[in-house]
Amino acid sequence: MGFAAQRSASLEEGLGAGSPVLIFDKVSLAFDDKVILKDISFTVIVGHTKIILGASGSGKSTILKLVLGLLRPDEGIIWVNGERVDQMTEQQMMKVRADLGMVFQEGALFDSLTVAENVGYKLYEETDMPTDQVHRRVEEVLGFIGLGEYSDRMPSELSGGQRRRVAIARAMAAKPRILLYDEPTTGLDPITATTVDDEIIKLRDFENVSSILVTHQLRDAFYVATHEAVRRDDGVLQIVPADPEKSEEAEFIMLKDGGVAFEGYAAELRASSDAYLKTFLS
Amino acid sequence: MLRLLEGWIKSALLEIQEYARLQSATVRGCVTRPFYFRDVVEQFEQIGIGSLTVVLLTGFFTGAVLALQTGITLDQFGARPFVGRLISASMIKELGPVLTGLMLAGRVGSGIAAELGSMVVTDQINALRTLGTDPVRKLVVPRVLAGVFMAPVLTVVANTVGIIGGWLIAVFQLRVASSLYWTSVIEGLYLEDAWMGLIKPFCLGFAIVTIGCHVGLRTHGGTQGVGRATTNAVVASSVAVIAVDFFVTRLLITLLY
Ligand SMILES: Nc1ncnc2c1ncn2[C@@H]1O[C@H](COP(=O)(O)OP(=O)(O)OP(=O)(O)O)[C@@H](O)[C@H]1O
Ligand SMILES: [Mg+2]
Repeated sequence: MGFAAQRSASLEEGLGAGSPVLIFDKVSLAFDDKVILKDISFTVIVGHTKIILGASGSGKSTILKLVLGLLRPDEGIIWVNGERVDQMTEQQMMKVRADLGMVFQEGALFDSLTVAENVGYKLYEETDMPTDQVHRRVEEVLGFIGLGEYSDRMPSELSGGQRRRVAIARAMAAKPRILLYDEPTTGLDPITATTVDDEIIKLRDFENVSSILVTHQLRDAFYVATHEAVRRDDGVLQIVPADPEKSEEAEFIMLKDGGVAFEGYAAELRASSDAYLKTFLS
Repeated sequence: MLRLLEGWIKSALLEIQEYARLQSATVRGCVTRPFYFRDVVEQFEQIGIGSLTVVLLTGFFTGAVLALQTGITLDQFGARPFVGRLISASMIKELGPVLTGLMLAGRVGSGIAAELGSMVVTDQINALRTLGTDPVRKLVVPRVLAGVFMAPVLTVVANTVGIIGGWLIAVFQLRVASSLYWTSVIEGLYLEDAWMGLIKPFCLGFAIVTIGCHVGLRTHGGTQGVGRATTNAVVASSVAVIAVDFFVTRLLITLLY
């Protein structure tokens, strides 16, 4: 099975290794009189992870909603997969969203559908894929996140961590090239959080998914940035510490007062002497 | 004070504009693809079958009480045998559609607002959009279709059991001969009345469901907001039932009679 969205050869080349799949250029947004984002600029490179840190209410979820076109910026330009999305109509946006997956902060699973129907929703409802093929993909994805035997449960019968993982499964089922995670580990115990982090790493390293990871759990942010997934000789997947070069594929930005307070790699963030960063890190 | 009024008018106009936009998007969703057939079937069942009990009960007791009350009035003119005529005319033209409408406003309007409202505050609507589904097509169109087509059906059901309820009272309480009651019921029926009785619930169903959807989709402010939206939906759609009933009656009288 290929990716969700078809691309022309030239776009495929234009978005090859090292090129940006997502660009924010001086994006500003205010709700009524309250400025949430002011002149935010950053790019996400193919196959890289952008980790957005920031206090509660600093506009992290808002950035993800802007990427998806669920909100519109007041000013600035947003490019996704080579297309300018900030002025698009809802209908045009649907084509761009075909290549995007989002894990919402509270999961946002459809509570009238079973786990399997949630995970396969997009494939069942919005593609022409034959039903048995959809079933196979749903099983595959549920196996990937380790919830294979839960496929007939309703979301209300799952724990918070299981719901989060189902939300990840739903976001990845249609094989989008870009995944957006909104605090996927908040409120989880360290063990479950690590399994979620491992999924994120696996998707990045084996499926070459580009991603934005929003979190204020520094432990998870550093874990994702400094680990990589490898396949051992006997075929078993393993998460191992990454070499420094690999961990530069994850970049951090820190939001503060509507602007970007820090931008750089894990090592730089750890070494930073900025007072605000220090309080945030401790 | 003036600013307050200005703000109020502005938000009212915005609300009306959004409501009109939802209506046009719904109509567009009914005639173009994609069309979510399974959801339509599900909603027909939810709204149609689900409302049957309440409509049966209301219809029955309305017909019965109508027979009791009109029996007394008709006695003053020695016209007790005509009770069937009064019941069929008033049930079919007015009481059937309006009472069914009010029951649907309470049951369906509130249910839709609560369901869509909680989908809004838990980001499920955003999730739908992210997964490539237009919420209007997926959620609003099936409900509107079900409301528009089931409201007349339920009204006919209410009318029927209402007339039966009237018959029970007429025969066992007022001691009117059964055959006399039924001839009188038939005599009270005109084709124009039947048309009026069918066109009205069509419009009422549309109003109830679109208001429920509109209010639900504009929910904000968490769980508290869902409660507010539910209340607003019931109030607005109940008032709309009475108001739409008046205007449709006015229009149909000019057109039909
Ligand atoms: N629909 C809205 N209307 C008005 N204000 C909003 C709306 N959505 C978000 N906000 C405000 O925007 C700010 C940023 O919200 P956002 O959800 O992006 O925060 P966040 O960084 O994701 O916080 P958290 O870590 O708590 O999830 C908040 O102060 C919030 O009050
Ligand atoms: Mg958030």
